[in-house]
Amino acid sequence: METIPYFPGCTCKADALPFEVSAKAVMRELDIEMREWERWTCCGTVYSMTTDDLIHQLGPARNLIRVQEEGSDRVVTICSMCYSTLKLSAMMFDADEEKLQKLNDFLYDEVDYEGGIRVMHILELLRDDVGFEAVKERVVRPLEGLRVAPYYGCTLVRPTEAGIDDREEPRVMHDLLEALGAEVVDSPFKVECCGSYETVDRPEMVAEKCHRILSDAIKRGADLVVTSCPLCEFNLDDRQDVISSIAPRFPGIPVLYFTSLMAIAFDLPEEEWGLESATVDPLPVLQEKVLAPKDEGGG
Amino acid sequence: MADDKVLQAIDEPPVMESEICVTDELVEVYIMGKPYTVPASLTIMKAMEYVGYKLVRGVGCREGFCGACGTVFRRRGDYKLYSGLACQTLVEDGMYLTQIPSFPAEKAVYDIRELEPTANTILSYYPELARCVSCNSCTKVCPQEIDVMDYVNEALRGDIERAAHTSFDCIMCGLCTVRCHAEMPQYLIGILARRLYAAHIAARAQDLESRVQQILDGEFDKELADIKKLSEEELKDLYKKRDIEPT
Ligand code: SF4
Ligand code: SF4
Ligand code: FES
Repeated sequence: METIPYFPGCTCKADALPFEVSAKAVMRELDIEMREWERWTCCGTVYSMTTDDLIHQLGPARNLIRVQEEGSDRVVTICSMCYSTLKLSAMMFDADEEKLQKLNDFLYDEVDYEGGIRVMHILELLRDDVGFEAVKERVVRPLEGLRVAPYYGCTLVRPTEAGIDDREEPRVMHDLLEALGAEVVDSPFKVECCGSYETVDRPEMVAEKCHRILSDAIKRGADLVVTSCPLCEFNLDDRQDVISSIAPRFPGIPVLYFTSLMAIAFDLPEEEWGLESATVDPLPVLQEKVLAPKDEGGG
Repeated sequence: MADDKVLQAIDEPPVMESEICVTDELVEVYIMGKPYTVPASLTIMKAMEYVGYKLVRGVGCREGFCGACGTVFRRRGDYKLYSGLACQTLVEDGMYLTQIPSFPAEKAVYDIRELEPTANTILSYYPELARCVSCNSCTKVCPQEIDVMDYVNEALRGDIERAAHTSFDCIMCGLCTVRCHAEMPQYLIGILARRLYAAHIAARAQDLESRVQQILDGEFDKELADIKKLSEEELKDLYKKRDIEPT
């Protein structure tokens, strides 16, 4: 089994723990162990775009140093926001010798950061290392008939230089879902912003944005939406009660992490599906479309 | 016994000073910007008393436990900031000293029994926790050599058990809070984590609970009443013959 340093991020240890459970389980099935190191710190949450604001690069940089200490030249994340923050920071230090020097001067309590760490999102690892063919081979319960709308949000694909796929027409989750046997529902809102941290102060604004994203998926016949970001998941899923208060006829739709569908398609034990973070219950539609024994024709 | 002499010197500095000067090496330290010559064998706290300060605040146990005597200092020719407990740190030549007996921080009030041991609980009392930038200034200043940045991050991700263990040796001196870029009171977050751990996560001590129940049920009342009637000699005798748990 191959081992790769894994950066969990704070949310995936708290509210989004089920995401981590399902992600680790499916990767184990694909012969990759995502191994968390001992002393990781917050990724920094949001990449600071102020060019001289090095203090906010300390969080990501410390984690990159830990990866270096692990003897690896790459690190994998599952949260899109952690991915983006770590990725942009790593790219900045690779490109700017002077900043790297300044960073190392300040971090005299650490070994020097040498640069050159590749930050990867788990979807990249699945696409580029494992390959969707291998994923398909591992499927024992194809998600036939399940109509799934992938939602990418912002940080997986923007800014372009740090995106894991095309920023307007990403394919990676589409291809993965197809490998699982699901029917992919494409929506132009797949890369619209969900409202992100505005959810703290302006839940109505976030609900409005999510309403548009989800309604389009529903109109196109999706049974559920999948995402790879705990914050998008929260906004799209938990904020549906605010949507209902604004739009009483909104029917609701379950929102899951893509790893949950992988775990189900791999027929892993239920405790590894990671459905606990879903507020809108996905079980009825999963029961109906995937989990109920299939009628083998005639029978 | 230099130490005894020093202690006496603190009681009566004018009388003993000359003797100490003869027997002890002297160093120059700066207290609140003013230079003083003091014996090198003194702690910072004793040195302050030696030169005439009467400490009312910023002193407590004198044993390195109460956290009242946090001190920051610099050394001549060195840009780094150092820290220590005044009662535990010896003076050195060229030390610039400043006491930080107290630093403003707002302590949350809660009923620990009603809280859930999660990151969100801690964030609801101390939302500034999420502002940590991992500068590690807190760890560098901690006189207890605690990995402060680590327990802050453990609390942030809801690993209450680890945060409780990592912060366990904290004596609430507040020096970390002085240095925090994110302006959070780390030690108050640490004690909240330890309380959450103790109240909701740590296994309950069965033995303790059953013993408390025995006491409440009056099982030892008679024994206690009997002991109270004994003479001092009888008590000493009983004490010597007591059961001692094997180590
Ligand atoms: S953690 Fe902070 S308050 Fe506690 S001993 Fe260390 S510096 Fe003092
Ligand atoms: S001093 Fe404050 S900001 Fe810096 S690492 Fe410690 S808690 Fe975080
Ligand atoms: S006086 Fe209590 S720790 Fe120094």
